[in-house]
Amino acid sequence: MPLHVKRLTLVTAVVSMLSSAALAQTWNSPGLSEEEIKTMPPGGPAPRRDLTGIWDAGFAGIGIAEQEAEREAARAPFTPLGEQLVQRNKPGNGPRLAPVAEINDPLSTLGDPSGFPRLVTYELRPLQIVQTPNQVLMLYMFEKRYRVIWTDGRALPQNPDPRWYGYSVGRWEDDYTFVVETVGMDDRTWLDNSGDPHSTDLRVEERYRRVNQTTLELTVVISDPQVYTKPWMMRNRLPLRLMPSGTDLMEMIPSASEAQAYQQVISSQAK
Amino acid sequence: MRSTLLVVVLVVACVMVTPAVAHHGAATFDTGKEITLKGVVTEWIWANPHCFLKFDAKDETGTVRQWAVETQNPVSMTARGWSRSAFKVGDEVTVKLEPVKNGAPVGRILSVLLPNGQTLVAVGPQPAATPAQ
Repeated sequence: MPLHVKRLTLVTAVVSMLSSAALAQTWNSPGLSEEEIKTMPPGGPAPRRDLTGIWDAGFAGIGIAEQEAEREAARAPFTPLGEQLVQRNKPGNGPRLAPVAEINDPLSTLGDPSGFPRLVTYELRPLQIVQTPNQVLMLYMFEKRYRVIWTDGRALPQNPDPRWYGYSVGRWEDDYTFVVETVGMDDRTWLDNSGDPHSTDLRVEERYRRVNQTTLELTVVISDPQVYTKPWMMRNRLPLRLMPSGTDLMEMIPSASEAQAYQQVISSQAK
Repeated sequence: MRSTLLVVVLVVACVMVTPAVAHHGAATFDTGKEITLKGVVTEWIWANPHCFLKFDAKDETGTVRQWAVETQNPVSMTARGWSRSAFKVGDEVTVKLEPVKNGAPVGRILSVLLPNGQTLVAVGPQPAATPAQ
């Protein structure tokens, strides 16, 4: 066999081995383990203006107990309207924890959508980010939901009809920082599992900073002058880790019929 | 200052008893109380926000009670090695659970001993490896 053919064969074999290792194909993955989150190497410098991939923050992405204390400490004081609104919400988590039978969380008891920003402030399970020439698409494992973030330079709508997931535009602040602004969110949703309310005047800023090849940091700032006396930070540089590109994620859909079954079998007897 | 510290301590104490991942906290459950029951599986519901196991077990008077005990959601339980097919109707199981405070046959699972001798653990640190299917 000629030398150049031997070399080509060898290179092809190595590339094939590397790519199959990198793909690490799986079906129905629940996400990275805590061990994988902690020990993942940086994997080289961050690519320029690129967030594509499947990302997971592990336990830190979902509202674990330690974060609830942190969030409560970070939360801006309620306005008088905010004080009124929060009294209506009977959450299953956080400092205003209600007994199971009294919980009125629209997500867990009715099967309503989590809505934005709760999808990223509390239920941030693995998500895939896809970039097209004029959009960034975020595909979430939780609820199997997606968001469209327009990057074509359009302005946010004026007085939009509220939607469960709002209206989003994004821009690159620098080669490694993508900033998303979202308005027009439905005020039936909660900001988190702790029952923090919001109005339709809510405005959310997300900052995605690509730190290196395998790490993306997320910061989320809440501004809602009707409900909170000042802007406050719900996520402060939360690290997300890059999952193998061949990962097939589980579904995690809080369906209405499952919520109803839980009410009938567990909640009703727990009074 | 002292009252601020007290509030922080109370908030931390409150959330410390909350399980790591759940749609609700521990207020309803008799935290720290453990009971172990031998029973027969009647249904295993693999669902959000919580999976739950229904089984029949005799109480101390010999009366059969129909228990319903919850775990976390399917994603969290998959990470622990549980699955939709973890139980079959008729399986004889030994369930270690934390009951609700009001005495109803409801609670949350701590662990289950299966007929094949395997124990499925529902609480505590997540296992190191993520099982792939």
